[in-house]
Amino acid sequence: MTQPPRKIGGTLLKVDGISLAFGGVKALSDISFEIREHEILAIIGPNGAGKSSMLNVINGFYHPQQGAITYKGATRSQMRPHEAAAQGIARTFQNIALFRGMSTLDNIMTGRLLKMKTNFFMQALYWGPALKEEIAHREVVERIIDFLEIQSIRKTPVGRLPYGLQKRVELGRALAAEPELLLLDEPMAGMNVEEKEDMCRFILDVNDEFGTTIALIEHDMGVVMDISDRVVVLDYGRKIADGRPDQVRANQDVIDAYLGVGH
Amino acid sequence: MLYREAGQFKTSYPADQAIFPIPQDRWSLAIVLVAAFAVVPMVANNYWLVSILIPFLVFSLAALGLNILTGYAGQVSLGTGGFMAVGAFAAYNLAVRLPQLNYIVDFALAGLIAAAVGVLFGLPSLRIKGFYLAVATLAAQFFIEWLFTRVPWFTNYSSSGVITAPKMQMFGFDLSDPVSRYLITLCIVTVLTLAAKNMVRSAVGRSWMAIRDMDIAAEIIGIRPLHTKLLAFAVSSFYCGVAGALWVFFYIGAVEPQAFDINRSFQVLFMVIIGGLGSVLGSFLGAGFIVFLPIALNNAAALFGGALQADTLSHLELIIFGGLIIFFLIVEPLGLARLWQIGKEKLRLWPFPH
Ligand SMILES: Nc1ncnc2c1ncn2[C@@H]1O[C@H](COP(=O)(O)OP(=O)(O)O)[C@@H](O)[C@H]1O
Ligand SMILES: [Mg+2]
Repeated sequence: MTQPPRKIGGTLLKVDGISLAFGGVKALSDISFEIREHEILAIIGPNGAGKSSMLNVINGFYHPQQGAITYKGATRSQMRPHEAAAQGIARTFQNIALFRGMSTLDNIMTGRLLKMKTNFFMQALYWGPALKEEIAHREVVERIIDFLEIQSIRKTPVGRLPYGLQKRVELGRALAAEPELLLLDEPMAGMNVEEKEDMCRFILDVNDEFGTTIALIEHDMGVVMDISDRVVVLDYGRKIADGRPDQVRANQDVIDAYLGVGH
Repeated sequence: MLYREAGQFKTSYPADQAIFPIPQDRWSLAIVLVAAFAVVPMVANNYWLVSILIPFLVFSLAALGLNILTGYAGQVSLGTGGFMAVGAFAAYNLAVRLPQLNYIVDFALAGLIAAAVGVLFGLPSLRIKGFYLAVATLAAQFFIEWLFTRVPWFTNYSSSGVITAPKMQMFGFDLSDPVSRYLITLCIVTVLTLAAKNMVRSAVGRSWMAIRDMDIAAEIIGIRPLHTKLLAFAVSSFYCGVAGALWVFFYIGAVEPQAFDINRSFQVLFMVIIGGLGSVLGSFLGAGFIVFLPIALNNAAALFGGALQADTLSHLELIIFGGLIIFFLIVEPLGLARLWQIGKEKLRLWPFPH
């Protein structure tokens, strides 16, 4: 834990009184917390606690019945996922959501779609501004490929890649959007120790080099304690704790609800 | 090792982004183009031009159109025949009612009209997909056929319901001979193929494939699903519409709406499945296969001294198609184009298989 001190700023995103139910199932009940600029926030909790649902609410994929979200000063109760993307929120999924028929390169290139401005006709000609734009974005994507050390699978269709590499490509696609807020849903699930170490390093580097704010869901307590600045704990759709890793670890409710049940 | 990538290092992204990064591919394409533009018009007889090569090109264009929609954007369509009909009837009406227009302008406008109709019938794709979307496009197919059969204005009140393409003239030249018809068709198909290849390797193509592979993830990275799907419907229908126009003006000369019935839609769909979903090359391979197979069978039968009856032959043809479609759907959904690619990969390693 000898990271250089990062400048954690004010509130980037505030979740206020969010409740979400699917039919009779209450996935989230009156959840409030905040995500601060440049921090790494971990969201933890047992399976079914509502962690993924929380991320889905933040990037507009689920619409909560109650509550509001304030992002960069603007408050809203709903938005569409592509609007969230346009405002700088990118994410990865618990179950990998890559475009399986496309190569690693093309998958990461899709992460830049929002930044590509030439019109359809220029693209059909593949000429002038369209070509220039294609190459400029390719250069950015190649830097991400270098950063994630996946040069050798550049042209491989992602459906053929092993699980750990797919997770890495998915991170690459999210990074390609140059997000301000990056949401990672269990980025290290199912990985071996070495892969986990690599992924931790990438997450810390992204946070460090680009100042990207990160909210991640993770089950491995060692990892959570190591890399996060703050931790929010959910259980049965409720928030039971919120604070620095050492505070949360000492919290009796958390020990009962989560740490105690064999994790 | 005649065909290989190793040792050919791209030193810049522009070189790697080139349409055919491997020189051998560029040479083969150049050879095909020279053959198509220069050699064929000199050596092919009228039968070959009119009954084989022109329909092959027209079908390739229609298959390419459907492939953009189904193979790249993942939206199933059984309305191909209908969209071809829109192009055919639009081009005909433009030619008859606005004779001052150049035919190339007619074809472009016909394509745009087909694109507009495609967008209209593509609207349900926001809500439904797969089988249900196929049924919705089937409705387009039947409605369009019905419209052109029942509303005499579209056939310019022709008593038989058949439209007959006016004599082909451009810039004051008579272009109705087979070689000219072939060359104009070839030019149009070449230009549109190049445009399609460019689209699928640009941002627009990537957003189509993203929608195809996982629409939810596509939306989360900022792709607008409706916009993207409708653009695919528009481009696809434009291609099918132009193919329909070429069908009337360069291939058959006179058609009734039933020339573009549901069987036509299925025929083009089979081309795409056999040739390869999501492959520009596959559209041509599939069209070629379906156009050439009956001819090859006929010749094979002739070799056996005509031992096979004509109807046995056509049954044989259907059996082969059916078998192949099942084969490709189950074993190799990426079709002939994928087999071609596997062949190239083998060749790349040859003679050292490991
Ligand atoms: N799309 C959905 N439809 C119905 N129920 C859902 C849906 N998404 C989540 N849930 C329910 O919400 C609860 C929380 O799920 P989730 O957010 O995935 O938990 P976690 O990520 O913490 O494991 C679970 O009971 C789950 O079944
Ligand atoms: Mg989850």
